[in-house]
Amino acid sequence: MEAQALYASLEKLFPGKVSNFKGDVKEPYFTVTSAALIEICRFLHNSPGYRFEVLSDLTALDWPKEEKIQVVYHLFSYSQNHQIVVKVDLPRDNPKVATVEEIWKVANWFEREVYDLFGVIFEGHSDLRRIMLPEDWVGFPLRKDYVEQEEYDGISTQRAPLVEKLLR
Amino acid sequence: MKPLINSLPETVFTTKVDDLLNWGRASSQWYMLFGLACCAIELMQTGGPRADLDRFGAVPRATPRQSDLMIVAGTLTYKMAKRTKLLYDQMPDPKYVISMGSCSNCGGLFQLAYSVCKGVDKIVPVDVYVPGCPPRPEALTEGLLRIQDKMMRERWLVKPRSTPVEALG
Amino acid sequence: MSDPAQAKSGFYTEDMTISVGPQHPSTHGVLRFVVRTDGEVINEAIPDVGYLHRSIEKIGEKVTYHGYVPYTDRADYLAAMFANQAFCMAAEKLAGTEVTRRGEFCRVIACELNRLASHLISVGTFGQDIGAMTPFVHALRERETINNLMEEICGARLTYNYIRIGGVGYDILPETCTKIIEFLDHFEPIVDEFNRLLSGNKIFIERLAGVAVISKEEALSYNLVGPNLRGSGIQWDIRRDIPYSIYPELDFEVPVGTAQVGALGDSYDRFWVRVREMQESVKILRQCLKMMPKGPAISKVPKKFRPPAGECYARVEAPRGDMGFYVVSDGSEYPYRVRIRTGSFTAMSIIDKLSKGIMVADLIALIGSLDVDAPEIDR
Repeated sequence: MEAQALYASLEKLFPGKVSNFKGDVKEPYFTVTSAALIEICRFLHNSPGYRFEVLSDLTALDWPKEEKIQVVYHLFSYSQNHQIVVKVDLPRDNPKVATVEEIWKVANWFEREVYDLFGVIFEGHSDLRRIMLPEDWVGFPLRKDYVEQEEYDGISTQRAPLVEKLLR
Repeated sequence: MKPLINSLPETVFTTKVDDLLNWGRASSQWYMLFGLACCAIELMQTGGPRADLDRFGAVPRATPRQSDLMIVAGTLTYKMAKRTKLLYDQMPDPKYVISMGSCSNCGGLFQLAYSVCKGVDKIVPVDVYVPGCPPRPEALTEGLLRIQDKMMRERWLVKPRSTPVEALG
Repeated sequence: MSDPAQAKSGFYTEDMTISVGPQHPSTHGVLRFVVRTDGEVINEAIPDVGYLHRSIEKIGEKVTYHGYVPYTDRADYLAAMFANQAFCMAAEKLAGTEVTRRGEFCRVIACELNRLASHLISVGTFGQDIGAMTPFVHALRERETINNLMEEICGARLTYNYIRIGGVGYDILPETCTKIIEFLDHFEPIVDEFNRLLSGNKIFIERLAGVAVISKEEALSYNLVGPNLRGSGIQWDIRRDIPYSIYPELDFEVPVGTAQVGALGDSYDRFWVRVREMQESVKILRQCLKMMPKGPAISKVPKKFRPPAGECYARVEAPRGDMGFYVVSDGSEYPYRVRIRTGSFTAMSIIDKLSKGIMVADLIALIGSLDVDAPEIDR
């Protein structure tokens, strides 16, 4: 199904909950309100004609100038061979959105990674804790305003350039 | 009495005890498989059929308790650093460390990263640094031979007489 | 706790919590599993990853597009060419750059050689995890020849930095093409020898038949890709279904698991798909070498590569599945965000579910059959 037709049918079924369709870019996407995310994802997963069985990717983008964190869902369908990108805008100081774990089980690990690196809280997640970084790490590294710590666990994070050491 | 020199049969050779002990240790360095990242694949290939490490007597061991050489092959992250120190402490003395590859020498091309420890010598003392990204099997073999040279120079029976600095005047 | 059979026998038992890894000879890199077992039978195996998190995604925001290509090598060092290609495809899609025809052929030749090397390591270490030491050394010997060929093509044995934006870094010389054909003639009987040693081995089959079966619905819900997905019987290969580069002109089959021994979607099916894929790669390489055109290997790309603002998702069929690069650009020389989506990350998420009730040795066989790879998980 073409992205334009898909968006038009979604607009009819869920008025007011989808917006901002961009169809003339390489990856057509549209934005969804964070309250309606689960409803629309369940519809896209179950309904014949759409059948997005697979959550290809779940990631986030940090836009500090517009004060928002965007969570991006790439949905893909093997049976119909079509794809769509769904985005959700969240406020930067308190990013919270519902989890899609019941629809696609793979979202468990994807959402843990987004929590670890961006700080987005997924409500209803069964096991939200850090996955890539150590448990006692402070800060969310992939945000644009992240500042590295001076040292971790007694090991300093800086290393003097070798040329300076030799010239001394 | 007949002189001792040139009177023994050819199957007997004389040497120093230090050299004998060191030769035995250097010809059987058992290394611990501590492959972390890409250099681990080159470590496997060096132990493989063409550039064979086994001909130097170096066999891979899975546990630190049975090994005397730790080849740190790959990038060290902060999450792994504590475990590296634990494994190093579990090895019995005398032990040696080869730092293989740029990432464990100084952080490598990941010096811009926030989660990478800039060099394994911040955690454990290193004897030989092997540069490369990843180093060729010939480079790693050269590193092993340098450790052999280092082992041959050690003295066990005669303790070096250390002169305190004040006595020199 | 203990099951009723044990309660009947009168033994008092307790669960053991052991930590498999992070330093372990057969966890395919630094992975850790916290395993709660009841004797030899596992109750729960929770994966703990992140010991190789090198923040490759964050570094993408600090270096230019051209300078990021060596970092993509390290995102999966056993399949470095594919990661290079995926990133370059994403950057080219953003900027609208054309790739020369000879460049596309060079890319496919390098990638399929790399697929052979990666599958050799995968089946070799899988055999070693089960206990068969000999096939591993045979696989390493074949891989040495492939490393030599790669060195002739691009100068490096493992992390290639060969596929650049607009084409490839160096042209493939005719002498190298002759050597590749000689290698392929030598390699085809080796796969049969490998099958006699390992795939048809009675002990190997009994270890793997019916172990850790993944059904079709689970494979889709947990987003498994690559040989893991095809081993469960689903026909999907990006080279055929969303074709890129020159794959539409090549003729090859896509092997799918067929429940050869035991259930559909067990560990043996996934292993067998990889062995068959090696044979298909040989076919693809022969066709490419025959059809190779003349011309430049790289098109003219500006040194200060500045694509217009936008975002783009490019996928390739890597040995471990569908590797996707999501590149967001804001019009400057540095990418705004680079996201790498790999097949091993999602394969790790299914291990917790599959590991109830199997033995500790089967857990090692499961990890080997899913072909997970630490740099792909942690990036």
